[in-house]
Amino acid sequence: MADREQQQHVRREDDVPDDDATPTPPPAAPQGQDADVDALLDDIDDVLEANAEQFVRGFVQKGGQ
Amino acid sequence: MLAAARELAPFPGGPVALYKNNVDGKGASYGCHENFLVRRDVPFAELAQLLMPFLVTRQVFAGAGRVGLGQTGADAGFQLAQRSDYIEAEIGLETTLRRPIVNTRDEPHADRQRWRRLHLIIGDANLLEVATYLKLGTTSLVLGLIERRDELPAAYARLAALRLADPVGDVQRVSHDPTLTTTLRLADGRELTALEIQRTYLDAAREAVDALAAGAGPDDETRAVVDRWARVLHGLEHDRASVAGQVEWVAKLRILDGLRRRDGLDWDHPRLAATDLQWSDVRPERGIYHRLLAKDAVERVVTEQEVARAVHHPPDDTRAYFRGEVMARYGEHVSAASWDSIIFDVPGAPSLQRVPMPDPERGTRGHLGDLLDRSADASALLAGLSGT
Repeated sequence: MADREQQQHVRREDDVPDDDATPTPPPAAPQGQDADVDALLDDIDDVLEANAEQFVRGFVQKGGQ
Repeated sequence: MLAAARELAPFPGGPVALYKNNVDGKGASYGCHENFLVRRDVPFAELAQLLMPFLVTRQVFAGAGRVGLGQTGADAGFQLAQRSDYIEAEIGLETTLRRPIVNTRDEPHADRQRWRRLHLIIGDANLLEVATYLKLGTTSLVLGLIERRDELPAAYARLAALRLADPVGDVQRVSHDPTLTTTLRLADGRELTALEIQRTYLDAAREAVDALAAGAGPDDETRAVVDRWARVLHGLEHDRASVAGQVEWVAKLRILDGLRRRDGLDWDHPRLAATDLQWSDVRPERGIYHRLLAKDAVERVVTEQEVARAVHHPPDDTRAYFRGEVMARYGEHVSAASWDSIIFDVPGAPSLQRVPMPDPERGTRGHLGDLLDRSADASALLAGLSGT
């Protein structure tokens, strides 16, 4: 539980865009789908890596076809 | 795989996390190889030519989706498939550099006079079950069409006319266009979208199914693949949201677009790349695909019970049934088992005894189930086999 709270905290701290940042134009969402997607996003927030940048940087493949 | 990773967790170096994807975003790619048994009497050059436009465009329903464009993900954006930026040749033997659309590896593990092995390395490792089902089912159907091209002249003519002017470039063109509106130039000068090319293959498959229905007829599995293929192509064209539980890149894009909208993220934001990677984490509590599965946001093709059974039981309609049952029942008297033979070491026998299995469709439950049930030991089985 502590882990989960920490992740949510980190997400807010890192990722709420600054007021002066240029936001991406919001993608057009199919009507009526928003509520469904938002419910899924809430669930995903609980499991997403807290430090996305570090996680992505550390994901390196050696070998393989 | 998940169970194995869990077992490693307490050991030094653990825990282990496994990801069912195909790219690391740093330039490396690792494949999800497909193998199909194809009749040897189809000339390989013809096979490759007739199949290529299908493989180039199959990603519209088989792509797993990827954040990042280019082999190292140097450009921001989203594309349909993980493997597409790593395809650099039309036909070739290699699998780790200059990767081809059609690979030439040919070890049929069966009677070489009758069959070849078609080895494909272009596909993504899908998590959505419908994507895997359609990827393998439609490819098998198209190969069946090609094998029967002499009986199906109209279908053959349709496919032969689809030759692409630039197949390798088209793999990337299709992947980089989530609107599915980009057109591909054909050798005859026509311009068709990926969906139009797929629809041509679908129409040819439907004609073949109808033509063959006059004889022994296509089986229920074939009809089910054709129906699902048609529904998914229709959904991709007219109602994208309707296939979000079946087409992996659509499912992934739905989540990524949701994050972008809610949190105002650009495509180069690390959280989107992290979401793409974590999509494929095989741990149910960590993998984003698995979160969608738990919420019934994606369709299943098989049940958990069927998966659990398949871990220990081979399908009963190929030679795998015979091999699996022999190992389960008489394993202590088997000295070696391979794709195409089993070697028995029976107590008291003067030498090892080899049972060849050159035909993948022999050794089914229907063929040998009764004999296996009647044979108390390996000697009885071998005696019974020599009588068949």
